[in-house]
Amino acid sequence: MSWLAFAFGAWALGWWLNARLAARPRTQGTRLAVPLIFGITLIAIWEGLVRGLEISPVLLPAPSMIAVRFVASTDILWEDFVQTVIKGALSGYAIGCGSAFLMAILVDRFDFLRRGLLPVGNFVAALPVIGMAPILVMWFGFDWQSKAAVVVVMVFFPMLVNTVQGLADSSAMQRDLMRTYAAGYWATLLKLRLPAAMPFIFNGLKIASTLALIGAIVAEFFGSPIRGMGFRISTSVGQLALDLVWAEIVVAAVAGSAFYGLVALIERAVTFWHPSQRHT
Amino acid sequence: MIEAQNLDLTFQTNDGPVHALKDVSLQIDKGEFVSFIGPSGCGKTTFLRCMADLEHPTGGEITVNGVSPEAARKSRAYGYVFQAAGLYPWRTIGGNIRLPLEIMGYSKADQSERVARVLELVELSGFEKKYPWQLSGGMQQRASIARALAFDADILLMDEPFGALDEIVRDHLNEQLLHLWARTQKTIAFVTHSIPEAVYLSTKIVVMSPRPGRITDVIESPLPKERPLDIRDSPEFLEVAHRVREGLRAGHLDD
Repeated sequence: MSWLAFAFGAWALGWWLNARLAARPRTQGTRLAVPLIFGITLIAIWEGLVRGLEISPVLLPAPSMIAVRFVASTDILWEDFVQTVIKGALSGYAIGCGSAFLMAILVDRFDFLRRGLLPVGNFVAALPVIGMAPILVMWFGFDWQSKAAVVVVMVFFPMLVNTVQGLADSSAMQRDLMRTYAAGYWATLLKLRLPAAMPFIFNGLKIASTLALIGAIVAEFFGSPIRGMGFRISTSVGQLALDLVWAEIVVAAVAGSAFYGLVALIERAVTFWHPSQRHT
Repeated sequence: MIEAQNLDLTFQTNDGPVHALKDVSLQIDKGEFVSFIGPSGCGKTTFLRCMADLEHPTGGEITVNGVSPEAARKSRAYGYVFQAAGLYPWRTIGGNIRLPLEIMGYSKADQSERVARVLELVELSGFEKKYPWQLSGGMQQRASIARALAFDADILLMDEPFGALDEIVRDHLNEQLLHLWARTQKTIAFVTHSIPEAVYLSTKIVVMSPRPGRITDVIESPLPKERPLDIRDSPEFLEVAHRVREGLRAGHLDD
């Protein structure tokens, strides 16, 4: 009963604190504090309810239990992180986005590619590509290479479509201006069209960053060596070790946010001139 | 300098052919300041774009510096100023002016020297490191003029460069442009739809009318080269303005 009271108390305290903070003028401090208090309150309520209602840890382990498990299994979590995020997701992301970028420049240059490949690209981008994962695991084997292949397939078309759109974003007047300088194709590409395309390119990179992690984890459900986040999640569910599953999810959430945040940070530095990024 | 003989240009559109230019003949000499004035659709911008090789005539002859517009464009014979400043937001003012110089392969030292010189010419010294979106519209347009002046083109083609600015800024920029023209000895072709602007700036005013786009009158200005702003109240000025207005009206009569 006392745990239920704790949950209720946490809810009331969190509400009271945030209501007071939100009423104040926005500062750097409150901007950080409000979501932080919100999150801590949620975790406290979760802890209180799970203990107070004696929910089976198989259904939902308490946050404290997940934390204990997390600390006890850092070596496993690190191994899985390297296998899935570094080897699978990141290499797939780099290969997929890089090749999509080069392909976009070709598509932009050759009209038959634009008219042939882009509709196909839009079609494929709408498909749940993850359905191809078992096939790719068959082709590229159980190790990270097949996961990277799944990621490549997932990120390729969103990145391609965004980059092509970005390359077409310069105005007729800007292109006329380059013409009056008798600028050739490469000068126009490097000095006008690529910089103008950057907001679109980063949009593609951000979309691809979340897709990459999903692809790498889910692909492991269809076969993997005995490490990796997806592998750990599916086998630990079988062993009813739900605390470890949740610990993996925490790692995935942190890695995903950090990855997205890093891309957004680079975007801010590169496209500082775009109205959506300007703060002056 | 620029010579057009019986120039014709017909655009094929979904509503049938549009006669943008018909039988346009004109000669612009070195060092002249020629304005093109007329209602929208009279082909004044199209004519300017023909000189710049941005539009291709369907009939007649046009030469720029004695060669075809394409050859003139490839030899970077002219600087073009558009209606909007069109500065690249990811480059500073200095970077924007350096853009044509980079493309044309000027040395780094030469680039810096030229950027400083043209910024001084348009009175924007000290703004080299600013970004275009930190400047007012008038300053942006001045920077775009500086960009067109940075390389050694004898001809300046200007397509309603001050059309989007308010009257006060416009007066000031007109005055500056005259000083600049006197200092640089460029040949200027200037499209406008403002009668006072055309009369104040030009040595020669070309009045055009639409459907089909053609020249209805060419007026050699009797005004002296030295022109303070209050010359606009003098009888000579008003007389020229009157003749331009008459020409514009005559063009409209056959509608």
